[in-house]
Amino acid sequence: MKRVKRRYLALQIEVEQMPSEREFIDAVWSSVVQLYGEFGASQTSLALISYNVESNSAVIRTALAALDMVRASIALITALAGSKASVHILAVSGTIKSLRPLTLQRKK
Amino acid sequence: MQGDRIAAMTRTFADLHLCPNPKDNEDLSKAAAKAAKLGYTLMGIPLSPEKCQEGYSKLPKLGDGDGADFASRVDLKPKSQSELIRLLRKLRREFEVVCVLCENKEVARQAAKDHRVDLLSFPSIDFRRNYFDRAEAELASKSSAAFEFDIRPLLLSKGPSRVKLLSGLRREVTVALEFHVPIVVSSGVNEEWLLRKPREMAVLAELAGLSETQALDAVSNSPHVIVKRNREKLCPGYVAPGIRIIKEGSDC
Repeated sequence: MKRVKRRYLALQIEVEQMPSEREFIDAVWSSVVQLYGEFGASQTSLALISYNVESNSAVIRTALAALDMVRASIALITALAGSKASVHILAVSGTIKSLRPLTLQRKK
Repeated sequence: MQGDRIAAMTRTFADLHLCPNPKDNEDLSKAAAKAAKLGYTLMGIPLSPEKCQEGYSKLPKLGDGDGADFASRVDLKPKSQSELIRLLRKLRREFEVVCVLCENKEVARQAAKDHRVDLLSFPSIDFRRNYFDRAEAELASKSSAAFEFDIRPLLLSKGPSRVKLLSGLRREVTVALEFHVPIVVSSGVNEEWLLRKPREMAVLAELAGLSETQALDAVSNSPHVIVKRNREKLCPGYVAPGIRIIKEGSDC
C-alpha cells in the first residue's frame, strides 16, 4: 500500500480571547466542510498536533494531496468561538520538528 | 517546477484595494502597518476624487517606517459613458491607479476600451448586473485594463451566496484568461482582522479557477506592472512608451 504523504502547518491565531483546542479544530473542520463538503473533508486527514495558548499558535497535520484545500479553508476562517478572528499560516513542513521553533518563539 | 518555486520566493506582493477610513489617520496607519507586517510592499488606498490632495499627502509618511510603498488610487463610479469620460479627463493625471466600478453595460464597455482605465471592477453580489462577458474581455484585452476582484465578499459570505459568488467568479476568470486580460486580486477589506497574507490571498484566488502561478501573479506581478507603467507615464519627462525627455534647453 502506498504511504500517505503528510504536511504539517504552523498557524498563528489572531483573536482577542483564545478559544479552546476543541473550538479551534472544530472551526477548521467546519470551514473545510463548508467549502469542500463532507467528501472533500474526508480526504484531508486533518489532525491537531499541538496548540499553544501562550503563543497563539497551533500545528495541524494534513494529507499533502489536500494541502491547498486546507490552506483555503483556513484563510476563510473569520470567527473562533463567536469572536472575530483570523488564522495565518506561518510555515508548511514535512516534519513537526522544523516547525517547533516557529510556534514556540511567536508571542502575541 | 523548480523555476516556479524560486520565482515565487522572490516575489514582492501588492494589495491595491485596502479600504480603511481615509478620514481616520489612526485607522489608515494601522491598516498600512498590518498590511506591511503581512508581507505587502505595495498598497493602494482608494480616496474619493475630492479628497485626493489632503489624503495622499499623508500616505508617504505612513509608509516610511514599514518599508511600504503606496500607490494613489481612485475608484470611479460613473452612471453614464459621458460621465466616465469626463471623470477620466479630469482625474487620470492625478492618480497612479484608476479603477472603474462598472454598474451598467454602457459604462462597462466604455471602461474596457478606454486606455486610461487600469482596473475594471464588477458588482460581486448581483450577477444580473455582471457585464464581464466575452465582448467586454475582448475590448479589455486590446486596451490595458485589468480585471480586478476582491477577496472580501468571499470571506464574509457563507452557504448559497458563497456558492453563487464562486461560480460567478469562476466564469469571469475563465473569460479573462481566454482573452489574456490581466487579473488583479485585492483584499477590499476595511477591517484589520479580514486582511490575509499574500499567499493566502493567492490560495483563495485559486478557488476562482486560477492556477498557482496565475494566482501568485495576480497578487504580485499584475498590480506591480500597472503601478510601474503609470508612474512612468506620470513622470514629467514622459512623451510616449520608450520615449522621455532627458535634457531640455538650447545646448541639446
